[in-house]
Amino acid sequence: MKRRSFITKGTLSAFGGILGAEIVFGHKIPLGYRPLALQDPDPFKLFDKDVGMTVLNNKPWNIEAKAHLLDDKVTPNKFMFIRNNGLIPENIDVKNWSLTFDGESVQKSKTYSLSELKSKFKHYTYQLTLECGGNGRSEFNPPAKGNQWTVGAVSCANWTGIRLKDVLEDIGIKSDAVYIGYHAADRHLSLNPEKEPISRGVPIAKALQDETLLAFKMNGEDIPLAHGHPLRLIAGGWPASTSGKWINRISIRNKVHDGAKMNGTSYRVPCESVAPGEKVADEDMCIIESMPIKSLITYPKSGAMIKKGAPLDIRGHAWAGELEVSKMEYSIDFGATWDDCTLEKPTNRLAWQHFSVKISNFPKKGYYEVWARATDSKGAGQPMLLPGWNPKGYLNNACHRIAIKVI
Amino acid sequence: MIGIAVFGFLYIALNPSVLSKKPEETVVDVPEITSEIENGIHVATGFVDGDGLTEVIQNCTNCHSAKLVTQNRMSKEGWIATIRWMQETQNLWDLGDQEENIVNYLATNYAPQKKGRREALTNIEWYVLKQ
Repeated sequence: MKRRSFITKGTLSAFGGILGAEIVFGHKIPLGYRPLALQDPDPFKLFDKDVGMTVLNNKPWNIEAKAHLLDDKVTPNKFMFIRNNGLIPENIDVKNWSLTFDGESVQKSKTYSLSELKSKFKHYTYQLTLECGGNGRSEFNPPAKGNQWTVGAVSCANWTGIRLKDVLEDIGIKSDAVYIGYHAADRHLSLNPEKEPISRGVPIAKALQDETLLAFKMNGEDIPLAHGHPLRLIAGGWPASTSGKWINRISIRNKVHDGAKMNGTSYRVPCESVAPGEKVADEDMCIIESMPIKSLITYPKSGAMIKKGAPLDIRGHAWAGELEVSKMEYSIDFGATWDDCTLEKPTNRLAWQHFSVKISNFPKKGYYEVWARATDSKGAGQPMLLPGWNPKGYLNNACHRIAIKVI
Repeated sequence: MIGIAVFGFLYIALNPSVLSKKPEETVVDVPEITSEIENGIHVATGFVDGDGLTEVIQNCTNCHSAKLVTQNRMSKEGWIATIRWMQETQNLWDLGDQEENIVNYLATNYAPQKKGRREALTNIEWYVLKQ
């Protein structure tokens, strides 16, 4: 085993950069000592997550589930992925939290306190699918830059809040309104207060949907800090980055919102498909709207061995962005033949749908893969291979599969 | 916890004598940073050991975790493009004459591997399913 110490003065000044302050007398810190502020907290305790979750990144925090952890019909917090572009805000002051509406297309800027929002407008609860636009990025070839999500950046929890459209009606928006853009309390990684880590949004039509909420509860409780406490915009079925966390301002825009992560390759894909690895000019990139049809086998966990002759029960969820899932199939012969699964209707629009099936036709002992394929209400299905390559590796909705051995 | 740490630093800054007189008291009961290399990996960050490691730690882990680097695979051109993007939009400084070292380290140790259009399932943990 080779061991080598390399800590230098330069490294210590870099640590100072992390802290946002110079480490005074840093040169006197003994070799091997890690300043208290730099010690990593346990993310599973910090965010109340299951220890089976995968930490992709600890600055900023990005944590994903595994397929078998997402078996619940309603995703509990402990299995919900965390995706951050910046640093989670600290010292949230719920009592003085407010939400300001401004922008070119607002009749008159208006600020509501959080308690005013809660008391003035009717509450609604919907189960809403939130999937990171980059879920599945790890499979793209050539590789795409960013957190290498596998399959676990998706959740479907119950969100309670008020309809954004009710608030917009109360404020009054101009007829030239095109888009809304959120602003929030998270901090940029560089700690530059002038920079927002992320400020995205949705077109007015999506903002006015019944299910688009200003949410303050998740699964019946206050939203956990990592998921946007005390106020989160929820736009189900769209890239989860449109569901801004810790929001304190919404701008009603007379043009497509141009906040951080609305431009370049961020949450955008080529308007026309390109060959893998091809360079794409900025003006040829289009903003992702609805997420595509997709499904996940959540039971059993991949790697199950069953006795010859025994049936195998499988189950999971399927979702289709703005649409409904109309058909769910599985294959045990690498797609040569497909059979139907039982598919439930969604609890409400934009909620994932549950599927299940008993497989009794494994012909002999050996290695199998169970592949799942969903089809949406417009007839689009999931590809078995990777879908169209794009620079940042978004929208991978290739079929999920699990390994099975019949012994 | 950060509050406590900041207080600690302030205390030390305002009372430098605590450090100069009894330095050993300032380092007790704290798990140490693993500053060593084990099996070719820098333990504290997970970076592969190689030429340019120190420069990469100094320049690439101030704003974001080393994990954001180690989970990615890019060509030399791709790493340079990423550095430019960070300089243009994320407040990364000019890397000066360290840039070549850094890019070479990244392109050597975190180069893309061909994955094809769909990879085989790997790292399967086999278990008997209780039915």
